[in-house]
Amino acid sequence: MSTSAQSGSHKVVAGKMLLLAVGMFGFGYLMVPMYDIICEITGLNGKTGRVSVAEAESQAAAEDRWITVEFVANVNSSGAWEFRPNVKEIQVKPGELYKATYFAQNLLSVDVVGQATPSVSPSAAAPYFNKTECFCFTRQEFEANSIKDMPLTFIIDPKIPRNIDRVTLSYTFFKSPEQS
Amino acid sequence: MSYSDNTHGDTHHGDHDDHGPAPGLMRWVTTTNHKDIGTLYLWFSLLMFFIGGAMALIIRAELGAPGIQFVDPMFFNSMTTMHAIVMIFGVVMPAFVGLANWMIPMMIGAPDMALPRLNNWSFWIMPFAFTIMLSTLFMDSGGPAGGWTLYPPLVLQMGDSFAYVIFAIHFMGISSVMGSINIVATIFNMRPPGMTLMHMPMFVWTWLITAFLLVATIPVFAGAVTMLLTDRFFDTSFFSAAGGGDPVMFQHIFWFFGHPEVYILILPAFGIVSSIIPTFARKPLFGYDSMVYATASIAFLSFIVWAHHMFTTGMPLAAELFFMFSTMMISVPTGVKVFNWVSTMWRGSMSFETPMLFAIGFVIMFTIGGLSGLMLAITPADIQYHDTYFVVAHFHYVLVPGAIYSLMAATYYWIPKWTGNMYDETLGKWHFWISTIFVNVLFFPMHFVGLAGMPRRIPDYSLQFADWNFVATIGAFGFGFSQLLFVYIIVKCVKGGEKATGEVWEGARGLEWTVDSPAPYHTFETAPVINESTLTR
Repeated sequence: MSTSAQSGSHKVVAGKMLLLAVGMFGFGYLMVPMYDIICEITGLNGKTGRVSVAEAESQAAAEDRWITVEFVANVNSSGAWEFRPNVKEIQVKPGELYKATYFAQNLLSVDVVGQATPSVSPSAAAPYFNKTECFCFTRQEFEANSIKDMPLTFIIDPKIPRNIDRVTLSYTFFKSPEQS
Repeated sequence: MSYSDNTHGDTHHGDHDDHGPAPGLMRWVTTTNHKDIGTLYLWFSLLMFFIGGAMALIIRAELGAPGIQFVDPMFFNSMTTMHAIVMIFGVVMPAFVGLANWMIPMMIGAPDMALPRLNNWSFWIMPFAFTIMLSTLFMDSGGPAGGWTLYPPLVLQMGDSFAYVIFAIHFMGISSVMGSINIVATIFNMRPPGMTLMHMPMFVWTWLITAFLLVATIPVFAGAVTMLLTDRFFDTSFFSAAGGGDPVMFQHIFWFFGHPEVYILILPAFGIVSSIIPTFARKPLFGYDSMVYATASIAFLSFIVWAHHMFTTGMPLAAELFFMFSTMMISVPTGVKVFNWVSTMWRGSMSFETPMLFAIGFVIMFTIGGLSGLMLAITPADIQYHDTYFVVAHFHYVLVPGAIYSLMAATYYWIPKWTGNMYDETLGKWHFWISTIFVNVLFFPMHFVGLAGMPRRIPDYSLQFADWNFVATIGAFGFGFSQLLFVYIIVKCVKGGEKATGEVWEGARGLEWTVDSPAPYHTFETAPVINESTLTR
């Protein structure tokens, strides 16, 4: 077959294109940490912040301003729990530390491990909603049919936009994926 | 320009030491000839067109009246899912690759594709991938039924056939990437002197850009489905909120692939139409340079608009505005193209053979689909239209009287070159007019029911949508059965008919028309001399 028409090496071009394909496969996976970072920076997805107790106590309370915090509980289809907030909503002052508890009961007669995932709505409030302690930070172990009150302490940053007067904190309780 | 080894004279008498194809069935299995492989791809996609079409008719039969009449909802959902996968990955993409195989070497004056053995592989993976994919319909757990977009967590809840679907998708992807690498290598390396990049036929240009899109995005899709696979079987939590993942992230990764994918399905169509309209308007393509730049701009923009598929997932205002305006920006280069096609026809000596009818039908009806796309780009409106039949109407207008019409136009345009026989012009015109009437009866009412709020992918609907759905179903059966005429015309043309000349069409320009019809098994074994009369511009 004539090669007079050939101006470059097929191997070089094919190799470069293959490199692009492999690189883009990697880029697909790179999108995973990128997504987390973008969500963290912007507060999208309702990802809440976490601060230390010392940081929280150093914040000055806001002037006379009240925000309603609503607590919501959901159980994912993978688990069998009774799961609800002990108080449905409270009035909070930005800059002050508050404590709330969720009630959970394992409805199974075997030991299970659960994991709660939080989400804050509206997402514009998420970056200002900081927790010092939360049952969602760790896995929750339940003995058969046991009952637990699970605590969280949170503080709303006084810099929260003025138009927000109601924040919903929602938890979904999952069966921990490692044991499924 | 002269070549010392050019002792055979010109390629019109190409059967010097020419060895034809090996006889028997093994010819097709072992072939490395670009024309054979192109033919295989085209027959394969025609077969898949009828399989995917049969699925569409099952969907439309079910939707012909409110209530559940023929199939259970689970099967209905696997029909919508499979119809999409078959039509996208089994019809439009392989058909374009088949045309690329047949035409690109002949259009640029190359003897074959750059990597002929790879070419054989890229084709022969496809029948296996689709056998696996379609076999899931006969498994106990049924085929995939969560939509072709494979959104988790729903898709992770499907039965054991899940792994087969992912495996099949991986193989389709490998086939596409190999085919694309081959096309890029062919276009970059195999052009004879004189065939500069900016003198290539538009079809070659659009395929070059499409090949880059494929190589850049198919691996991202492969990554996304691999994540699904490991989430399901290896306890990773990419998309599982229980383990800290996020199902919405799948939508971002998927549409990062998915939006360029929709241009993969239309850019080669632009190239086909840009080849046909100048021939039958007997004028060179208006605005060649702007066509090239418009194609490249569309390809670039396709990477930064993906989240317009996800306006309802809850995005900040800034992101909604960005994706809305970047999406609208795509209508600028697309508008340039439509303007150029119309300007090519302007004051041309037009004649209306079947390929031209399909090409003009493409320009008009693709533009209708483009306009409803522009409506969907408006974020506040999209929140209303999202997942309704308006979306279904939009993408079927750009894909059926868009991409599929371009494939039919291409078939009528080049089939005399492939077979050496003219197709039946009268039947071709009948095929066009019947298809065009029914395709509009089929898809236009979907705009109305969509705006009225009928959701897609649901086998039942409220009574107020009944009339227009019945009309659409009539259109579907009319359009579906009129494609049997297409097959009849093709078979008749392959078997015989009026002999075609080398040039075939009076106004045709380009290297493919300088060889005999049917094209000899080997063409341009010695590089052709490129001059003014053999270039398309």
